[in-house]
Amino acid sequence: MRNRRIKSRMLHSFLHDPSAILGCVILVVFILAALLAPWITPQNPYDLETLTLEHFLTPPLWMEEGQTPYLLGTDDQGRGIFSTIIFGCRTSLVVGFSVVLIAGTFGVIIGLLAGYYGGWIDAITMRLADTLFSFSTTLLAFLFLGIAGGGSKLIVILAICIAGWVRYARTMRGSVLEVKENAYIMAAKSTGAGDMRLLLRHLLPNAIPPIFVVLAIDLAVVIMLEATLSFLGVGVPLTEPSLGMMISIGKNYIYAGMWWMIVFPGAALILLVIGINLFADWLREELNPKIQRKA
Amino acid sequence: MATYIARRLIQGIVVLLVASLLCFIVFRFMGDPVITLAGRYATAHEVEEVRRSLGLDKPMHVQYVRFLANAARGNFGISYVTRVPALGLILERFPATFELASTAVILSFIVGVALGVLVALKPYAMRNRLIMAGSLGGISIPTFLMGILLIMVFAVYLGILPPFGRGETTQVGFWRTGFLNLNGISHLILPALTLAMYQLAVLLRLTRAGMREVLTEEYIKTAWAKGLSPRKVIFKHALRNALIPVITITGLQFGELIAFSIITETIFQWPGMGNLLLTSIRENDQPVIVTYIMLAAVVIITMNIIVDILYAVINPKIRYA
Repeated sequence: MRNRRIKSRMLHSFLHDPSAILGCVILVVFILAALLAPWITPQNPYDLETLTLEHFLTPPLWMEEGQTPYLLGTDDQGRGIFSTIIFGCRTSLVVGFSVVLIAGTFGVIIGLLAGYYGGWIDAITMRLADTLFSFSTTLLAFLFLGIAGGGSKLIVILAICIAGWVRYARTMRGSVLEVKENAYIMAAKSTGAGDMRLLLRHLLPNAIPPIFVVLAIDLAVVIMLEATLSFLGVGVPLTEPSLGMMISIGKNYIYAGMWWMIVFPGAALILLVIGINLFADWLREELNPKIQRKA
Repeated sequence: MATYIARRLIQGIVVLLVASLLCFIVFRFMGDPVITLAGRYATAHEVEEVRRSLGLDKPMHVQYVRFLANAARGNFGISYVTRVPALGLILERFPATFELASTAVILSFIVGVALGVLVALKPYAMRNRLIMAGSLGGISIPTFLMGILLIMVFAVYLGILPPFGRGETTQVGFWRTGFLNLNGISHLILPALTLAMYQLAVLLRLTRAGMREVLTEEYIKTAWAKGLSPRKVIFKHALRNALIPVITITGLQFGELIAFSIITETIFQWPGMGNLLLTSIRENDQPVIVTYIMLAAVVIITMNIIVDILYAVINPKIRYA
């Protein structure tokens, strides 16, 4: 009953917040485009058969030397910018959601255990978390990939997860410590509920809401990080599309006035991240009991 | 307090040891320095000779202890590429990185906190909504893209600021500074802005969130009711409390600053430590990479300890036994 009321209140506030809706629409459009990539792009930029070198470095369609079907022009290999962006977003979203899922699950488990049991589990995991946090996800992922060498999306995902779980674990731990004090937890305990039941049925569902905020913010951060790593040449391999890599190729032509190789993938990246952040902003305000929102 | 500091120091040393062990293991199992040094076409006898001269024929733990003993004396070996001591190579680049990073940190802290306070006081004013929209852009543009866009606008199209390098520098003792002439300062503007922008937006949002929470507290209402001047309420009572988490988070995320300065230096070909690291990674110059990692670890741990002590000083609620 209480749950349903919260849900309907959240839906109401969502429908009355234009920026939250905008963010959600942007994210959905990107996800759909990424899922439907092979059907909505005129060319698969990473299928060598569709590449013709005579079409390299053409400007966008509306400019004098533009050629169909290259709506946003091509890069130095003759890959259409529009198609590469769509396929690149696929990489961004796959890496983003994978990291959020893996790091999130791991972090939530650690946070749950640390918060519930305390003691040495808490001491060890939180010290480790502090250390990883101060070295930062970005630095650790960069160093790991730089030394071990990139090679595949999977390695990039794991590299980001090295320190990526910390924020989830800390948030979950804090939330568990708060929820643990509630009377219903005591009640469940006194009726003889076991540890497992207490953790999964009572603590997990009640302590998890703040995790959704971390998740939304983290998705944006991870997508930016993947682009950054690929830009630096330690991210996804050259044979796979990535927004960061596109911009790094475009950087070589920055003085030749070929702006479309940077501006379009850059704009796509910014738009995607802004969309997620708009949604995350709304979620944070919604789940923060300390701030009363003006109607 | 003294016990607390001692405990933190011991923790720091443990972290350093773990970092050094990880470095050591990774580099023992990744690529063989002997081949790099002896050359691809060396005979088996020459390879053995190099291996013995580097001490790589000894057992693992002996090698590690020797690595530690040397590291403690500041001897991290010789760069495979330039054949000079790795530590010297990196420290030579320190002033460039320090000047860039400190300019960016000061800029982002002052502007970020000031705007954060401004926005928190009147969250629904038009001007403040615009600032918040700008900060959304700030956290949504990754540092590397910010750098490239700034180069495109200010260096390529407008042609008013230099796109790369450090410009003219002046040698003052052991320190090579770019602050003392206009050319050096003009080279600093774009990279410093790039490095500052993301931090600035984050600080703005943190300060705003902190201020909004603090401003609803009872003691702020009391302060207003007492008839204190707005300046006193806002700065002495509210900001001081709102800033505690802000300072802690910035100080504890020093690794982030180091990572972002690597990115910025790469884009602007800024002759600092981060740029050297990326080159060394491309050339597989292990001694330089290891030295960089260990130095970064020392800096990060030292910063953490300083922040923890500061935290105790500015927050009277915390007393360490």
